Amino acid sequence: MTDKFDVIVVGAGPAGIAAAHTAAKAGLKVIMFERGDHPGAKNVMGGVIYRQPTEEIIPEFWKKGAPLERHLVEQRAWIMDKDSVVSIGYKSSLYGEEPYNNFTVLRARFDRWFAKQAVEAGALLITETVVEEFLYEGNKIVGVKTGRDEGEVRANVVILAEGANSLLAQKSGMQRHIPTDQLAVAVKEIIALPKGTIEDRFNVEGDQGVTIECYGESTLGMMGTGFIYTNKDTLSIGVGAIMDQMLKKKIAPYELLEHFKNLPQVKRLIHGGEIKEYLGHLIPEGGYKAIPKLYRDGLMIAGDAAMMVNGIHREGSNLAMISGKIAAETAIRAKERDDFTSNTLAFYKQELERSFVLKDLQKYQHVGTFMESNPHFFTLYPHLANYAAHELLKVDSVPKRDKQKKILHKVRQERSLWKISKDLFRAWRVMG
Amino acid sequence: MENLEGLVQSVEGDGMNLDDKLYLIRFQPDNRSHIRIKDEHICLTDCEKKWCTFICPAKVYDWEEKEIKIAYEGCIECGTCRYGCLFDNIEWKNPRGGFGIMYKNG
Repeated sequence: MTDKFDVIVVGAGPAGIAAAHTAAKAGLKVIMFERGDHPGAKNVMGGVIYRQPTEEIIPEFWKKGAPLERHLVEQRAWIMDKDSVVSIGYKSSLYGEEPYNNFTVLRARFDRWFAKQAVEAGALLITETVVEEFLYEGNKIVGVKTGRDEGEVRANVVILAEGANSLLAQKSGMQRHIPTDQLAVAVKEIIALPKGTIEDRFNVEGDQGVTIECYGESTLGMMGTGFIYTNKDTLSIGVGAIMDQMLKKKIAPYELLEHFKNLPQVKRLIHGGEIKEYLGHLIPEGGYKAIPKLYRDGLMIAGDAAMMVNGIHREGSNLAMISGKIAAETAIRAKERDDFTSNTLAFYKQELERSFVLKDLQKYQHVGTFMESNPHFFTLYPHLANYAAHELLKVDSVPKRDKQKKILHKVRQERSLWKISKDLFRAWRVMG
Repeated sequence: MENLEGLVQSVEGDGMNLDDKLYLIRFQPDNRSHIRIKDEHICLTDCEKKWCTFICPAKVYDWEEKEIKIAYEGCIECGTCRYGCLFDNIEWKNPRGGFGIMYKNG
């Protein structure tokens, strides 16, 4: 290919497609490479997309044929023990009205549709093509080398949106080898159930949906979560935990998923379902401090490849889309100035800092290390919460004051009240 | 918490084991491997734990007698092994364009 482009996008996921769409719509000459058979063929998440950030790319996308599963009206959090669960949640009819709050999606379908919108906006999509290396002129990145014959393509700027397993971010020296305590291994199954069964079991109607995030026994006390999301006629059920802890415990991801599925409270929800697909993926969980260098002459990095995941709120696709959009806006500005060096691309980082993307990641920057050094948040505390609820709700003619004493005694046996207060205070400090 | 043996049993007892699940996935198989052990000697002499044999979600790696066997055709391309091998002894590249995993749902 001898043509020169304004922008090369590497990877057609939420970040890359948002970037390609934004740049193409502004009239820039955009080429987007995807190594899969079609966009989405290799893409995995839980998966929820968020209405407002998605609308920043495609306004009113839910009216435009986007393959959405269900709009979410309820989010539950389960604090799990072996035989029980303390459940908290929020359900609102307001989330059931347009413009909605967020949606479950299946990425093989959604990304394909999303990429089609970028193509209609003018981006050129090249599938089945691996980007193997960057092209350099001195220190400046001036294009990419693909796996195709004569596969060198030049552009003013490259937006790298390769996802969590980004070989190029490391090859270019922008990111170091990621330590295993900054990565979660996640596996998931798509389980088919009749639409009516899903609606009955999750107490929703029509296209309403529910997400459940599960802590504690769901990950055998490891730092991570189990999740159950409703799709139209399938459930997305999965579990992810920090790799370092799985390696130390010698637990295989598929065994952890079976354990989660076999917990009595979970088993009931998936009973009789048929497994349609098994999937696995890495989640970059390093947070703010692990973000790679975001730009250099001729290059910007967006989405998972740039560690843009908010593990506390299980957000990722929104950070990906918005970082992709801001990268494209930076490319547009660079084109106006005819300067694609770091001088102009620094705008990318500045805008990310002004947006929720880096503000949120910065807010939670200490949570990861705090939780890792305080494993009882995933082991002891879920157990105690369940014990307390069990004792308190058991009607057995024991006076309530005695019950309270019994619970308090058990709690103090496990961990001193002083330590618990300290834990809670510190948790509030890192989360608040 | 450490009840791995119980877990393994539940995998077997759930109707569908990992092999059955992997069989559901659609692949475009390549005839050349995108995965390579950098130094087999390290697996044999230095690596006690054989992390790759359990941390890979698709069980691509198997220890057979004196070496790691790689069933690269079943790789789901998550990249876990690149980090899970703490000796950094696995060279993993993207499969050639169009080859490898093709999720139907995602």
